[in-house]
Amino acid sequence: MKSLEELKKIRQEAKKRVVLRENREGIRIVVGMATCGISAGARPVLMTLLEETKKRNLEDVTVNQTGCIGICRLEPIVEVYKPGEEKVTYVDMNEEKARNVIAEHIVNGNVIYDYTIGAYED
Amino acid sequence: MDIYRSHVIICGGTGCTSSNSDKIEEKMINNIKDKNLDKEVKVVRTGCFGLCEAGPIVVVYPEGAFYSHVKLKDVDEIVNEHLLKGRIVERLLYKEAFSEGKLKSVNEIDFYKKQRRIVLDNCGVINPEDIDEYIAYDGYMALGKVLTEMRPLDVINEIKKSGLRGRGGGGFLTGRKWELTYNANSDIKYVICNADEGDPGAFMDRSILEGDPHAVIEAMAIAAYAVGANNGYVYIRAEYPIAVRRLQIAIDQAKEKGLLGENIFETGFNFHLEIRLGAGAFVCGEETALISSIEGKRGMPNNKPPYPSDKGLWNKSSLINNVETFANIPKIILKGSDWFREIGTEKSPGTKVFALGGKIKNTGLVEIPMGTTLREVIYDIGGGIPNNKEFKAVQTGGPSGGCLTADLIETPIDFESLSTFGSMMGSGGMIIMDEDNCMVDIARFFIDFTVDESCGKCTPCREGTKRMLEILEKITKGKGELEDIDNLESLANTIKQASLCGLGQTAPNPVLSTLKYFREEYEAHVIDRTCPTGTCKDLLSFYITDECKGCTKCSKACPVDAIEGKVKQKHIIDRDKCIKCGECISQCPFDAIIKK
Repeated sequence: MKSLEELKKIRQEAKKRVVLRENREGIRIVVGMATCGISAGARPVLMTLLEETKKRNLEDVTVNQTGCIGICRLEPIVEVYKPGEEKVTYVDMNEEKARNVIAEHIVNGNVIYDYTIGAYED
Repeated sequence: MDIYRSHVIICGGTGCTSSNSDKIEEKMINNIKDKNLDKEVKVVRTGCFGLCEAGPIVVVYPEGAFYSHVKLKDVDEIVNEHLLKGRIVERLLYKEAFSEGKLKSVNEIDFYKKQRRIVLDNCGVINPEDIDEYIAYDGYMALGKVLTEMRPLDVINEIKKSGLRGRGGGGFLTGRKWELTYNANSDIKYVICNADEGDPGAFMDRSILEGDPHAVIEAMAIAAYAVGANNGYVYIRAEYPIAVRRLQIAIDQAKEKGLLGENIFETGFNFHLEIRLGAGAFVCGEETALISSIEGKRGMPNNKPPYPSDKGLWNKSSLINNVETFANIPKIILKGSDWFREIGTEKSPGTKVFALGGKIKNTGLVEIPMGTTLREVIYDIGGGIPNNKEFKAVQTGGPSGGCLTADLIETPIDFESLSTFGSMMGSGGMIIMDEDNCMVDIARFFIDFTVDESCGKCTPCREGTKRMLEILEKITKGKGELEDIDNLESLANTIKQASLCGLGQTAPNPVLSTLKYFREEYEAHVIDRTCPTGTCKDLLSFYITDECKGCTKCSKACPVDAIEGKVKQKHIIDRDKCIKCGECISQCPFDAIIKK
């Protein structure tokens, strides 16, 4: 160990690996991962969401999975919970859509209405 | 860097490991691999969570689902349901961690609510075998700060200002000890960590070393810088294999990162740390005996003065602190002495870790601010006494401590209050006793321990404890006389005053404090020849009451054929044959067998 700076650098990198274990108030992204979700391709969507949040250092974003959301025909489903805002439900997701959700909705704050359950039902 | 969406934390403390948490970890890792989840889910083995009663404990993040009493066969369900499909396995959740369909965070559980975890902060959170996880939680920042920004005297003053007192039992001011060592005229100095925890039922230091070994290493390096030492030893008992292994891994990792060794942080400061294994002699927890043992001699105490700060290891000035004391140091350096003083009481700042055991619902490891009352620890954190029994007494300080009775339950826990009432803080064992515990038998148990552990160097301890044990055994066998009680008391006082080291000086405490608060129990044994709690076998007999339905279960269970009787007729115990093993009582469906 040469300097305090070097230690701080290690801390910064290491912090990313353990931040999951803390109670955080932040954005939650949940992927429906019951049998229906998995067979419709939810896992690549989940992995993309994870990769994107890590790549962009979105430390206050938790990506997690949940059980069947109930509209199996619209799987893969991704729900976004932002504190103080209404839940947004995206349906019929794929990897590309997942990347767009992170960029547009999570980072820029604009809901992509085309992907939402409301738009689909139209 | 791998990315994980979920961390599965498995308790790797000694308690959970002995209930198979190591096999649970292995199976979990295999199952996760089978389901192709090994790129998404990380399994981490941590130190003790403290709630040993609920072990083995598994916590799944980010949800923070707190699973308790996890068995090997439950692993499939956790992997298939929770990790694969995201459905929390409600059946396995710790009952308090789940209410009205909602998960509660770990901190909201009663057991943790009144605790203040400073020393145990990282236990149950980080992987103790991974230095990066320690660094993630500000590990080694205090050492960096000390080496690059502070002079040795600044460090000592900060510790002095914090008011931190030795957690090994005596309660001596840590900063003062550091100052004495700093001022000592010695060409070489040593820093020693006393990890020879020997009290029956105590596992605080063990759990700290198992859960957060780097905290102790970092603190020892800080201490070495402050007092002017370049070498250190951790004296730990060989009976703590997990702690020894993790400590060695931690030392190796710290060396590799250049946090131990030569020229740390390029400041010219060198510090080398080694482990010395003890063979488990209780007396080696006494600092002069511990030093003799490190030197390769027989572990026996020496007269003080000279104190180790003047002439310690190999006659060189040495600083000895206990594990828990060291574990406080990095936090005090980083957050400041004012922060530390805000916790606890005026004269006993900070927190204390206790190993809660005996007749208590939540057996385990708790850390509380000093000044918390015994009631809060026993009822709010410990969950009270099981089976609706009456609380009788609490024993603190192990074989050196004493008992506090039910009417002292509002006593705040700090160094002064406990010794005022004839007990002591000790290293932190806390054994709860209920109405079924015989206090004479408790005293006998502790003296039996001391007789075994007395090193034999001085006569009062070697001979005196042996005679005390003889008297106590005589009383518990129903052969005691009234004058035995007086002899016991005067003998105890003599041993206390005349013994060479702390072991002998405190050994009579269990006798003296039980005599003080429970003299009538001693008298019942001697005058009435009865044991009021039915503990002392020689003083009681087994009887079958009229409740007996003649089911014959007891006579079948009796290992010495002491019970006779025909089917559907009341049975009778032959008291000459009966060995009072109690097997019949546990078999009887009608509670028809009593002992009195």
